[in-house]
Amino acid sequence: MQIFAVRKTAIALSTAAALLGGAVLSGCASDDAPAGSSSPGTDKTDADKKGKTVLRIGVFGAFGLKEAGLYDDYMKANPDVVIEQNSIERNENYYPQLLNHLTSGSGLSDIQAVEVNNIAEITATQSARLMDLGKAEGVQKDAFLPWKWAQGTSKDGKTVGLGTDVGPMGICYRKDLFQKAGLPTDREAVGKLWAGDWRKYLEVGKQYKAKAPGDTKFLDSASGLMAAVTGGDEKRYYDTDGKVIYKSNPAVKEAWDIAAESAAAGLTAKHQQFQKGWDQGFANGQFATVSCPPWMLGYIQDKAGDAGKGKWDVAAAPKPSNWGGAFLTVPEAGKNKEAAAKLAAWLTAPAQQAKLFAKRGSFPSAQAAYSLPEVAGAKHEYFNNAPIGTIFSQAAKGVPVQIIGPKDLVIAQNLADIGMLQVDQKGRSSEEGWNAAVKAIDNALDQ
Amino acid sequence: MSSPSSQSVKVPPSPSVEGAEGGTAGPGAEPARRPSAWRSRRYRWDTKFSPYAYVAPFFVFFVAFGLFPLLYTGWASLHQVELTAPTDMNWVGLRNFSRLMSDEFFWNALRNTVTIGILSTVPQLVIALGIAHLLHYKLRGSSFFRVAVLTPYATSVAAATLVFVLLFGRDYGMFNWALGMLGVDPVDWQNGTLTSQFAVSTIVIWRWTGYNALIYLAAMQAISPDLYESAELDGASRWQQFRHVTVPSLRPTILFTVVVSTIGATQLFGEPLLFSGSAGATGGSDHQFQTLGLYLYEQGWVNLHLGRASAIAWTMFLILVLIGLVNWLISRRLTKSEKGSRS
Repeated sequence: MQIFAVRKTAIALSTAAALLGGAVLSGCASDDAPAGSSSPGTDKTDADKKGKTVLRIGVFGAFGLKEAGLYDDYMKANPDVVIEQNSIERNENYYPQLLNHLTSGSGLSDIQAVEVNNIAEITATQSARLMDLGKAEGVQKDAFLPWKWAQGTSKDGKTVGLGTDVGPMGICYRKDLFQKAGLPTDREAVGKLWAGDWRKYLEVGKQYKAKAPGDTKFLDSASGLMAAVTGGDEKRYYDTDGKVIYKSNPAVKEAWDIAAESAAAGLTAKHQQFQKGWDQGFANGQFATVSCPPWMLGYIQDKAGDAGKGKWDVAAAPKPSNWGGAFLTVPEAGKNKEAAAKLAAWLTAPAQQAKLFAKRGSFPSAQAAYSLPEVAGAKHEYFNNAPIGTIFSQAAKGVPVQIIGPKDLVIAQNLADIGMLQVDQKGRSSEEGWNAAVKAIDNALDQ
Repeated sequence: MSSPSSQSVKVPPSPSVEGAEGGTAGPGAEPARRPSAWRSRRYRWDTKFSPYAYVAPFFVFFVAFGLFPLLYTGWASLHQVELTAPTDMNWVGLRNFSRLMSDEFFWNALRNTVTIGILSTVPQLVIALGIAHLLHYKLRGSSFFRVAVLTPYATSVAAATLVFVLLFGRDYGMFNWALGMLGVDPVDWQNGTLTSQFAVSTIVIWRWTGYNALIYLAAMQAISPDLYESAELDGASRWQQFRHVTVPSLRPTILFTVVVSTIGATQLFGEPLLFSGSAGATGGSDHQFQTLGLYLYEQGWVNLHLGRASAIAWTMFLILVLIGLVNWLISRRLTKSEKGSRS
C-alpha cells in the first residue's frame, strides 16, 4: 500500500513538473530573446527594427558612448542597424556577470566593455571566446597608443580588446588654497614644483601643511596617491613571465612608502576614494590636491559644485602615469559578430574618441586623435580653462607599456582598501598595514 | 494522502469495468452510459491529482531555484573551480572545508556575524516587544501608528543603508555633529570594530523592529482579556501583568521571531556590504564588519573562487541547520514544560 501511494505521488509530481517545466523553459526562452536579432526592444518598436540588424552593447556605469551621441551617429550613417545598450551601474557587478555569460556562452551582448583592471584576466582566460579585432575591418593598430594596444592583446597575439579611453594622470589643485599657503598658483609653476619626482610632491605637501589655511589638508587620501604613483611603473604586480612580484618589486615598495609617508606626515584628509565622505570633502574644500585622470574631472565638478567653480585648476603630475580606462570586446557567441566588430572598430576610431572626449571627458586611447582640434584645443571651463587636451596628451604619451596581470584588481584593491587604508585612517604603522594587505592578498590569490 | 492511496489500491481488482472499456471501445462507443462514467472518472482524477498540481508550483520552483543550487553548490565545494572557467573542476575533496579551519578571515567573519547578530537581534526584539505593548493600548489613530512602525520594513536595504552611511559619517555625519554638541569627540564609526558593528546593527534594528512588533501585537491580541482581568483582581500592576501574563503567552511567538531573526542575522549581507559604500566586500580595512555572507561574496565574486565560496555557503547552511535543531529542542522542552505545568 505504502509503495503504491509513493509511486502515485511520484507520477503526479512528475506530471505536474513536466507541465510547469514547460512554462519555466518558455519563460527562460523569452528572457533570452533580446539577445537575438528580432526582439521587442524598449525604445524602438518592432516595425522599426524589421529587417534590421540589432546590435546590443553591454557596458558598466555611464560609459559615455551613448551619452555622447555616437550610437545615433552610427545609426544615421547605417540605417540598417539598430543599437541597444544595456548598462550595469558598477563594474564589480558587471564583471562577474560578464564572466558568467562568456563561460556559459549565453546572455551576451554583441559588444561587451571591459575595464582595464580586468583586461589582463580576460585576455589570459577568455581570449578563445572573443573575436580577434586586430584583424577586423577598419581597425588601425597605429592609431592607438602602443601600450593600450598591447594591453588588449593576448599572449598568442590575438587583439581581443580595442581601447576606448585611457586615464593619463594630472594633479587637480585648489588655486585659492595654494595662494593662502604661500604656494604658486599658476599651473605651469605648480607643475614645476614637483616635476619628475613624486617625493617632491610630498615636499610641497609639507610646505603646504606648515601654512595650511584652516583645517585643510594637502591631499585627499594616501591610497589615491599610491594608485597615481604605481600607474607610472612599467612593472607593478606581475613580471613579464606572469609571476606575482609585488612583494619584492622596489617600484611598488616605493609607491607604498611615498603614500605611507603622506599619511604619517599628516598630509592627507584620510578619505577613502569614491565614498560619501570623499564627496563631502570636495564640497567642503577639505583638501588642496587630488591626483586626477581626465575621467575624474567631471566627478570633481559634480561634487565640488558651483562653490568650487574657478577655484580648481589642473597641473601636470610629477611623472606620466595612467589610471583607468576601458576596452570593447566582441564575443564569438554573438549572432552578428561581423557587424559588431565593424561597430566596435568605428566606436574606437580616432574621430569618435575625440568626440567622446569633447562630450564626456573620456581621454582618447587613439593617439591619432590628439592632434584633432577637439582634443588639442580642449580647455576645461570649470578648471580655470585649463588646457586639458595638451596636459593629458603629454602625460598619455609618456606612460610606459605597463605589464599587467590577471589579478591586478584584487592586488590593487587590497593594497589600497586594506593596507593603506589602515595606515591612513587607523594610524597603523606602514609595516602593519603592509602585512595586513599581504595576508589578504595571499588569501585572495590562493585558489 | 490516505484517500488517494486507498482508491488506487481499489482500482486494479476491477479493471474490466472501466479500464478495458475505455481502452478498446474508445469514447463515444456507448453514448448512453459514457458521460456519467466519464464525468465521475474526471471527478475522481480531479480530487486525486488537483492537490498535487496546486502545490506543484512551489516544489518545482524550489527544486529549480532552491534544491538544485544547494546540491550543485555542495558539489562545487568539493572542487577547485574558478569563475573564469566554471566547467573546469578539479576534485579536491574536503580541502575547501578543512582550510576554513585555519582561515583567519573565515573565523573573523564568523565572529563578526555572531556579534552583529547579537547586537542587532536582542535590542530589536526587546524594543519590538515594548512597541507592541504600547500599541496594544487603546490609542487614538492606532492604525496610523501600526503602519508607521512598519514603514522601515518597506524601505529598501540600499536606500536605508545609504542614509545611515551619511548619518554615521566621520567628518560630516549627523551623529558626530550631535555628539559634538554634547562635547564628545567625533567617532570614526566605520573604522572601529565595535562602532562599525554597532552602526551596522542599527540599520538592521531600524528595519526589522516594526515588523517584529506587529507580529507580537497580533499575538497579544489573541491573549484572552480574562487573564488580565483576573490578574488585575489579584492586584497585579501593569508591569506585573506584562511580565506574568503577556510574556508567557507570547512564548511561542517570541521563539519564532528569535529563530527568524537569527536566520536573518546569519545571512546578513546587504547592510554591511553597502555600509562600506563602493569599497567592495572587505567589510572595512580590518575586515571589522565583514560577515559570513560578505566573505562568501568576496571569495566568489571578487576573488572568483567558486569552490571556496561554495564551501563557505555550505558551512553557513550547516550552521543554520544547527540553529534549527537547537530551536526544535528548545520548543520541545517549552511545550513539555507547558503541559507539565498545566497538569
